[in-house]
Amino acid sequence: MIRFAAGRLTSLVISLIVASIVIFAVIEVIPGDPAAFMLGVNARPDTIAALRAEMGLDQPVIQRYFAWVAGMLQGDFGTSWTYKTPVSDLIADRIWVSLPLAIYALALSTLIAFPAGIYAASRRGGAGDTAIMGATQLGVAIPNFWFAMILVLIFAINLRWFSAGGFPGWDNPFQAIKSLTLPAIALALPQAAILARVMRSSLLDMLGEDFIRTARAKGLTQRQALWRHAVRNALIPVLTIIGLQFSFLLAGGIIIEQVFFLPGLGRLIFQSISARDLIVVESVVMLLVFVVIVVNFLVDLAYAAVDPRLRTKS
Amino acid sequence: MHHFKRLAASTAIVLCASAALAQDSITVAIQFEPPNLDPTGGAAQAIDSVLYANVFEGLTRFDADGAIIRGLAQSWDISDDGLVYTFNLAAGVTFHDGTTMDAEDVKFSLDRARAEDSTNAQKGLFAGITDVTVIDPLTVQVTLDQPNGSFLFNMAWGDAVIVAPESIENIASNPIGTGPFTFADWVQGDRLELTRNDAYWGPAPALASATFRFISDPTAAFAAVMAEDVDVFVGFPAPENLPQFEADPRFQVLVGNTEGETILSTNNKMPPFDNLLVRKAVAHAIDRQAIIDGAMFGYGTPIGTHFAPHNPDYVDLLANSQYDPDLSRSLLAEAGFPDGFTTTLKLPPPSYARRGGEIIASQLRAVGIETEITNLEWAQWIEEVFTNKDFGLSIVSHTEPMDINIYANPDYYFQYDNPAFQAVMEELNATTDPAGRSALLAQAQTIISEDYVNGYLFELAVATVAKAGIEGLWVNQPTAAVDLTGVSWGN
Repeated sequence: MIRFAAGRLTSLVISLIVASIVIFAVIEVIPGDPAAFMLGVNARPDTIAALRAEMGLDQPVIQRYFAWVAGMLQGDFGTSWTYKTPVSDLIADRIWVSLPLAIYALALSTLIAFPAGIYAASRRGGAGDTAIMGATQLGVAIPNFWFAMILVLIFAINLRWFSAGGFPGWDNPFQAIKSLTLPAIALALPQAAILARVMRSSLLDMLGEDFIRTARAKGLTQRQALWRHAVRNALIPVLTIIGLQFSFLLAGGIIIEQVFFLPGLGRLIFQSISARDLIVVESVVMLLVFVVIVVNFLVDLAYAAVDPRLRTKS
Repeated sequence: MHHFKRLAASTAIVLCASAALAQDSITVAIQFEPPNLDPTGGAAQAIDSVLYANVFEGLTRFDADGAIIRGLAQSWDISDDGLVYTFNLAAGVTFHDGTTMDAEDVKFSLDRARAEDSTNAQKGLFAGITDVTVIDPLTVQVTLDQPNGSFLFNMAWGDAVIVAPESIENIASNPIGTGPFTFADWVQGDRLELTRNDAYWGPAPALASATFRFISDPTAAFAAVMAEDVDVFVGFPAPENLPQFEADPRFQVLVGNTEGETILSTNNKMPPFDNLLVRKAVAHAIDRQAIIDGAMFGYGTPIGTHFAPHNPDYVDLLANSQYDPDLSRSLLAEAGFPDGFTTTLKLPPPSYARRGGEIIASQLRAVGIETEITNLEWAQWIEEVFTNKDFGLSIVSHTEPMDINIYANPDYYFQYDNPAFQAVMEELNATTDPAGRSALLAQAQTIISEDYVNGYLFELAVATVAKAGIEGLWVNQPTAAVDLTGVSWGN
């Protein structure tokens, strides 16, 4: 297990190094001078030069790359050019919107998908199965931003149960959770549809396995065999999808955060790219890459915990 | 259950309390969040939208109609040669941190803005200042290198507000001004809060507090107003929704004008646009009303030159460029392009450019001019079009007030170089009597209209959607500002 984990850890570190180079290089070639953008159309060339020097943009590229990486290793993500506040503060504020939102959405999606997938698998070919599969088909096809607008139209504009967007802060946890509810539903339903389909097909694969037949031969009913033996074994592909979905929900809330004007990481990236606040873009994207890689690492470890064969293979 | 009851009770109290307080607090939405809170250090209009006249004040200021009125300077004398301005400052003015505002602060602010290492986005406003002298705590003298008829106007800009050396270091995150509202809190990405400055030297504002929210997505903007999450939306981004608000008794819609001359920018140095006949042909190929109707849902005033139509000095020159495709085709033939030509049309993000670009492309195609449309982000636009001048045509709204002088700069991105126009501008700068200035401004407008420097499209409109009953909002935007000084909930 330790060797397995060590191997995974090495590949994690290499992935992070490669990611940092790619991110820095991509940001470097984005057209548009940040200083010229910030000062607008009436700025004089000497003013732009003064600001470039203030932002450190007159330094060579390699030097700036190493300064950035060295800073991050010490927990210093630099200072935002536009907000003039430390990037780590910006991230710390925003993560308290994006992370709870991602967890909320993931919890909703799992809560919907597991019963739906298991029910559909146990009623294979029946009316319930057909209905659930039809609904998931629809769930996969509906774009989440469109679904978000429909939710706003019904629950914010017509029924007035929720506000149309914004985030009041965690001082009042009830209001905070309430304001994340519509966005979480909008994010969760399409994910739940995917997860339910994976859960169902993975369970159906298991139900065809020899060990289920053995369990049935021991006298268990189809349903008992499903609950006691198939569900646990069907979890491996489901875990993979959940790992991917969490990364997607954390990084992919950009559009949903725009629709609900939530002050999350996605909106921070969006604003920073258009304002050419490159230091913020670099650091936040790097942080998200870090989270995705670590989540994948943890999912790998979880496989090994669920399936002992993986440990010995490495 | 106990907990629930207590929660319900406290919720009810909170709800009642907020209903009672609603009469002197307001939530204002604008489209863009200010990147920082330093009006003297960046070009972003959102900074002024939140802070101008609310938190910061200058020597002079714009009123709701764009006139220049007194600010921190209560009166001024101009020497006969037009070179020395002596400002008499209001007495008893303090900054929000309690320090006194006096002539030293004025000297500090102006010297800082015009310094070598200044990052003021409108440094040009201060270019003619040679000296700022403190006479006594309430009197300051500014000396110019040549007479400047726009000097008082320049001092009204948000970039020329008075700041203090004591608080300058953290101005970007903690702005300390002299205005009727103090900065209270900024939850970046979500909202910014102001509270009434009880020590304000002028008349106290009716509102006790104001919250600004930033909603850029047009659909989200519509939802936020409809759900009454916000009380006012200044610069509402979806003109197609305005009729719905007008029909709803809960809301009022104010449509006013801005200082934004929206033009089909033309690269005057690039063939074939270096040929006056070609530029004239382009001008006659454009149907302005179709663009206003199609791209702006009817909101906008046609212009025939680079000047705001609501300005008393505006000259109606629409006749120079009436929509006439046949004339356009014959002008092209005369210029040597009987079969037309192909050029680039580079569009920045605002909907006036993106939607207007499609319409203009089809109007130009009708006379034989093919355009290759490229959509650019602002940062790219500034680099490619504005700095590198790599474009044939572009569409952009020039939102700075009274900016006809950009035509006197041959290096400006549309590269118009006409010594006759430059001479008129120089004379204008040196002229302080109003009648003389009017005549020169009329002459300037006529020259650029007859030279067809750019395609003059329309003056950008601004829409404010507010709850019925709110009074005192600016209808027009003579400068980017949401001046809350006179705003109240009425009765």
